Amino acid sequence: MTASQSFYHTPAPPGLTGVKAWLLTHDHKRLGLMYLMAILFWFILAIFLGLLLRTELMSQGRTIMGPEMYNAMFTLHGVVMVFLFMIPGIPAIFGNFFLPIQLGTDDVFFPRLNLFSWYLFMLGGLVAVISLFVGEGFPDTGWTFYVPFSIENTANVGLTVTAAFILGMSSMLTGLNFVTTFHRMRDKRMGLMQIPLFTWSLYATAWVQILATPVISITLVLVVVERFLHIGLFDPDKGGDPLLYQHMFWMYSHPAVYIMILPGMGVISEIIPVFSRKSIFGYKAIVWSSMAIAIAGSLVWAHHMYTSGMSDVSVFVFSLLTFLVAIPSAVKVFSWVATMYKGSIELTPPLLFSLLFIYLFSVGGLTGLVLGAAGTGIHVHDTHFVVAHFHFVMFGGTGFAFFAALHYWWPKMFGIMYNLRTANIAAVLTAVGFVFHYIPMLILGLQGMPRRYYDYLPQFETGNFLAGFGAYVMVFGIVLMFVNLAMSFKKRVPAPADPWGGTTLEWKVPSPPPVHNFPDKPEIMDFPYDFSDVVKNKRN
Amino acid sequence: MKNIPLRENVMDQEEKHHVLSYAQLGAVLAVLLVLTGITVGVSYVHLGFLNVPVALAIACTKVTFVLMFFMHLKYEGPIIVISFLSTVAFLMIMIGFTFWDVAFR
Repeated sequence: MTASQSFYHTPAPPGLTGVKAWLLTHDHKRLGLMYLMAILFWFILAIFLGLLLRTELMSQGRTIMGPEMYNAMFTLHGVVMVFLFMIPGIPAIFGNFFLPIQLGTDDVFFPRLNLFSWYLFMLGGLVAVISLFVGEGFPDTGWTFYVPFSIENTANVGLTVTAAFILGMSSMLTGLNFVTTFHRMRDKRMGLMQIPLFTWSLYATAWVQILATPVISITLVLVVVERFLHIGLFDPDKGGDPLLYQHMFWMYSHPAVYIMILPGMGVISEIIPVFSRKSIFGYKAIVWSSMAIAIAGSLVWAHHMYTSGMSDVSVFVFSLLTFLVAIPSAVKVFSWVATMYKGSIELTPPLLFSLLFIYLFSVGGLTGLVLGAAGTGIHVHDTHFVVAHFHFVMFGGTGFAFFAALHYWWPKMFGIMYNLRTANIAAVLTAVGFVFHYIPMLILGLQGMPRRYYDYLPQFETGNFLAGFGAYVMVFGIVLMFVNLAMSFKKRVPAPADPWGGTTLEWKVPSPPPVHNFPDKPEIMDFPYDFSDVVKNKRN
Repeated sequence: MKNIPLRENVMDQEEKHHVLSYAQLGAVLAVLLVLTGITVGVSYVHLGFLNVPVALAIACTKVTFVLMFFMHLKYEGPIIVISFLSTVAFLMIMIGFTFWDVAFR
């Protein structure tokens, strides 16, 4: 064994072979890849569930499924996407793989806890699957599990919320590991303002994971307690308050939106300067905006409750606070665009996905202001406008950032290159399909079509058909993207250590990295995005 | 906990262990027992509106002693202290905003 031999050939702890070398590993890189496999499975499943839902809605009346199946399916789509893809996606895969490397260290602070988090994640997924097939079947409550419906209906709510509880624990432990690693394990020569922005975004996210996740865990336990013991926490007949559930649910679930989007923003902050060959504009502003989003994003939860019967004073205050979150988000968008200004742009798949992210996320953010303002928010509440807004932010934002990260770090993780041209085509197809899919939904919502409805009035048929057509184009683009990445294993074009001209520490180690990450003591740059050497080498 | 044989990390320069003596721990325990006695004593005195604030003030004092001495917060660096205070602030905001809604409903 040599110091620079890839981690694939060096089990950690040593001596383990075969499947054991993976299932009992403490290596953050192997764990990142194990998360990748599991999360991709859930993502593809949820994509196809979504496609079936849109197929059902392409024409009026029954198309391919009945109303009960439709209700259960959109719940499953939401639960899988939110809890098994969006929340863990970027932190668990790319965070696990790259956070220690970007900090100049050889692993996370608690490697065994990291492995335990993965097992909790798998257990949570398993319990969700079991809940599909036992008892009265999967719940039809939507991923929000609102009371009193979730307490009174006969479906398998108890088991599904147990799955979400277990997944929450996994997320919380990952956050704890990242915060500790950030403070305790980074190279001592690396000051706070020398830390790469992806790691900063993971740090901000980790705090939200630690502080907000216990709230949803407790809330879900209370739903189970309420279902089986009928103690009257949320039932007004017994002196309870159904709005209390909504407050507690959104105390986590709105910050969870930032758990989903902040790491994506970190990915974009890494990619834009690399392919602009230019230092990131406003490094400190981006760092502080990440923290500001984490803090302000935790104070706006009740903007999901404008029509629930909350007090007018609260509606006013939460509407005002919601607007505050737009400021740090805009700081990031302006910084990315300013970074590209007069840069030496190289349009590769990671950058293309990042540019699409900026466009789609901006639309998502701006439609969010329509919803955040109480006047317009009440008008389009619970319509397809909300569905489109949410998907613009979550899929156009987090989803495209995930794709960008996958294409950016693929050569580092696997040591092989993929076909850049096919990846670009896939990116364009996915984006075109996306726009066809969700723009009609924005219009349908403004016209008054409610969300989560199995059927609709005749005037909504054209919009729904278009949305369904867009869904097929989008899924085709995604399938092409994954096939292209899978083909890279067949062609095995070797990737150099730094195929893109990156400056952060992961590009200073071999592709794939050795088990202890750094064969030699890493050089810590004064500023992580200094491209003067990269530009000089290119000229020579 | 992970050992790092190859490189130095920030932990090496920050880590300082502080061991409290039995006398100090005993003194804190005594203070907590006295405060518990006061809690019981005060519960027999009718203070009207002040009943709850006084009980909470004593409880907060006890919590502060536990955090500072038994949980070593007094001897930790600013990051740990800020981390702890931010969790308290977060909890206060969560509970405060929810009650605020109820108050104006």
